[in-house]
Amino acid sequence: MTTTQTAGWRPSMGEAATRDKPATVSGDYALMLEECLSFELGGHGKCGVDMDEPELAPLAGLPLRQAAPDLPGLTEPETVRHYTRLSRQNYAIDLGPFPLGSCTMKHNPRLNEKVARLPGFADVHPLQPQASVPGALEVIAQLADWLVTLTGMSAVAMSPKAGAHGELCGLLCIRAAIDARGETRDVVLVPESAHGTNPATAAFAGFKVESIPATAAGRVDLDALKAKLGPNVAGVMITNPNTCGLFEPDMKAIADAVHAAGGYVYCDGANFNAVVGKVRPGDLGVDAMHINLHKTFSTPHGGGGPGAGPVVLSEALAPFAPLPFVTRDAQGRIHLVEEETAGEDHPNSFGRMVAFHGQMGMFTRALTYILSHGADGLRQVAEDAVLNANYVLRSLENVLHAPFGDSGPCMHEALFSDRGFAEGFSTLDVAKGLIDEGFHPMTVYFPLVVHGAMLVEPTETESKAGLDRFIASLRSLAERAKAGDVSLHSAPHYAPRRRLDETLAARKPVLVWKGEPAPSGQPSPSEIGDR
Amino acid sequence: MRYLPLTADDRTAMLATIGAASVDDLFTDVPPEARLPGPVEGLPAHASELAVERHMSRLAAQNLTAGNAPFFLGAGAYRHHIPASVDHLIQRGEFLTAYTPYQPEIAQGTLQVLFEFQTQVARLFGTDIANASMYDGSTACWEAILMAGRITRRGKAVLSGGLHPHYAQVVRTMAKFTRDEIDARQPRLEPAPDDAELIEAIDAQTSCVVVQYPDILGRIPDLAGIAEAARAKGALLIAVVTEPVALGLIEAPGNLGADIVVGEGQSLGVGLQFGGPYLGLFGCREKFVRQMPGRLCGETVDAEGKRGFVLTLSTREQHIRREKATSNICTNSGLCALAFSIHMTLLGGEGLAKLARINHARTQALVARLTQVPGVSLLNQTYFNEVTLLLPSDARDAVRVLAERGVLGGVSLGRLYPGAAELANGLLVTATETVTDEDIETFATELAGVLA
Repeated sequence: MTTTQTAGWRPSMGEAATRDKPATVSGDYALMLEECLSFELGGHGKCGVDMDEPELAPLAGLPLRQAAPDLPGLTEPETVRHYTRLSRQNYAIDLGPFPLGSCTMKHNPRLNEKVARLPGFADVHPLQPQASVPGALEVIAQLADWLVTLTGMSAVAMSPKAGAHGELCGLLCIRAAIDARGETRDVVLVPESAHGTNPATAAFAGFKVESIPATAAGRVDLDALKAKLGPNVAGVMITNPNTCGLFEPDMKAIADAVHAAGGYVYCDGANFNAVVGKVRPGDLGVDAMHINLHKTFSTPHGGGGPGAGPVVLSEALAPFAPLPFVTRDAQGRIHLVEEETAGEDHPNSFGRMVAFHGQMGMFTRALTYILSHGADGLRQVAEDAVLNANYVLRSLENVLHAPFGDSGPCMHEALFSDRGFAEGFSTLDVAKGLIDEGFHPMTVYFPLVVHGAMLVEPTETESKAGLDRFIASLRSLAERAKAGDVSLHSAPHYAPRRRLDETLAARKPVLVWKGEPAPSGQPSPSEIGDR
Repeated sequence: MRYLPLTADDRTAMLATIGAASVDDLFTDVPPEARLPGPVEGLPAHASELAVERHMSRLAAQNLTAGNAPFFLGAGAYRHHIPASVDHLIQRGEFLTAYTPYQPEIAQGTLQVLFEFQTQVARLFGTDIANASMYDGSTACWEAILMAGRITRRGKAVLSGGLHPHYAQVVRTMAKFTRDEIDARQPRLEPAPDDAELIEAIDAQTSCVVVQYPDILGRIPDLAGIAEAARAKGALLIAVVTEPVALGLIEAPGNLGADIVVGEGQSLGVGLQFGGPYLGLFGCREKFVRQMPGRLCGETVDAEGKRGFVLTLSTREQHIRREKATSNICTNSGLCALAFSIHMTLLGGEGLAKLARINHARTQALVARLTQVPGVSLLNQTYFNEVTLLLPSDARDAVRVLAERGVLGGVSLGRLYPGAAELANGLLVTATETVTDEDIETFATELAGVLA
């Protein structure tokens, strides 16, 4: 094996060498630091917050808590150390490529963070009088203008809290539109390659889900879709570019057929990064599409949220958008439409989805990102994202099976399968091997339509040199999986943890800490499997 | 472009590897008529960091910030002092720029934080378990109602009049589509919540009764009594906590018999942020675990026997169950959960209790001073850090004029309940540890002026 980096890791630091080195008393190994739970750090009776105590008046008539919550406190130095040590057990974009397909893990610009923390945005209450927050409303309105223009749509609902919440918003608009027509259509068509949220959302919104097959070329089967259309179909949910990383060339024909049958077209916008500034979904007949601000527009994923999922809407669905939202009048003045004025301004709204205005902290970050790139930069984003993905596809297709490699270029992500691996070797082995190589693995086993799928989305913020290192590592792993290198079965070898026992976790769930302090890194028998 | 590392030479070399003449050749699947010939029209071009920061700073400066005014708003979003280390730690790139922990071997930092967070929420709420967070309090509330329906196989939710009206709106909106029956009511301006009326509404079809604690008017309902009545009818009690700091002082809902406790965690670590992102908290009895929505982090061991953490019980979730999932939620509110957890770790249980005492004392001082203003009286029999004041006229006008005078003087019930004339004179005011004696005096003086 050859290394692709001349600094840092050396082959001589492999497993055999580690075995010859002495164990430490602490369980830590230089910069590889273990960290126990905060509850095990001896924090009872401590507090990391000094408070100015006013004169306390007697407590009368309250159902007082019998005892303070049983939670230890830590002083600031202990707290900072605890979380800093924990942070070092995470992989992150800031450390290297994070090529999770359909997740768009691009660089998170730090200007976004700085702007979101300006007190004028961060320290403003959602129920302040409108006249006291014109700048906050202007941020929402400006971002809304950009999203509507970039997508060629009529309106945008800003309040959904994440992609799945945006899907829900779009489907509820469709439901409301059909109800307003006095019809009862209760079926939503979803391609079998769709992300699991699509059918889950349709069910959550009260629809029945019917599946549409894919063609051999990885696209929606237009004829099969047409055969399913009818008076009971409310609409379709199409991901475009789809989860195989391919553009749906029949999108307009799909939309026309669905519209002719009285249905609506929901587009899952998770993959908008591939076409932002290049294609406007409104030109393809889309009625509703959520935009993951945490994907295309670079707001941080934060270890699992918060996201933000504004939904752009066609003229047909715009009247049903949820409250609250921001509008501009003919004079350009901004108004916040809430329940108070909705009766006049927006009588057909399907209602409210969240307590306040949506993910304002994400709006400021996304607008900052958009203004930084401008219309020209966003187009470059899509081009570079697609270029990077095709570079990965063509650099690896002679060693990894690319199921749709012959059907033309991919969009922003490259899809491979496990075909050709030696007996007993799986996509999981390759993924865990990538961890040892210092990379976050790609999305694995999704989409479901490809066996042992590996979906690689490099994004536009990876350099060519960085991609070349990733490609070299993945090439080596593919060769090892084909050759039957058994050391892959036990990967990762160099991560803070080896493979974790997920079956044990699910069979006897331990979801909260109940035990006595345990030594760092050691399992405590009283906590594991004992309940 | 400062965020795009590819050079023109890189692009040329990469196109050669791909075997494409130009980048447009990579977009051939897009029908020609849908391909834009150049940048989207009507939008500006890229801008320098300096220019963007200047633009955004100007917008920020147009807002009257809570820190620049005597500030007394609550109603589901509370301003507390956030220790400096919280924001420092959540900006560690390893937390900020990580994804949902799908590869647990290299995500133990996030996973252990979530396990600690779940433990903290469960202990705060007095529930057996808690999940790894939801979007916000209002969506957590609706998910709890759906969960109660799955558990009891009944389709009617009884909502207390004290439930935040936005939460009630979210529930009504969603129920229209799921065809769940919602028995909701508006609060009345009485010193104590009408627990007896609520108990009467629970019947054999009721899946759950939803009670906010403290309620939207700041009053503290008798959860134990409601829990007992619900149990007698086979219904679940869902307690909703929009101000978790209160639980440093008043008894935890789980200890009073609540089956599911949901809440808004924004108070600790997250900040106001004009309404989001916030943090949905969700705890319940252990026996309901397989009906829970959202991500769960569980303890396990790795191949060498070391303790570690993973996302678990994912067979409830959309990526496995698709249309049969307990919820369509994927992402939780991870970074907000981290902020909450760090703030909670700094405080500890005893620190939270002290903070809660201070909040209550500040509010007592606020009440004592404002009720000296002619025409102003206190509604509440009980309260924590928020009360309802009764003004002699529509509180919307008072709030607007106060803001013009630089005082952010609470939330009018007219804003929350448009069209309910009988509530229009009600004003919700909150005092946390951030409120000073001078703030209170300014508020009282200006309010007297406004009402005179």
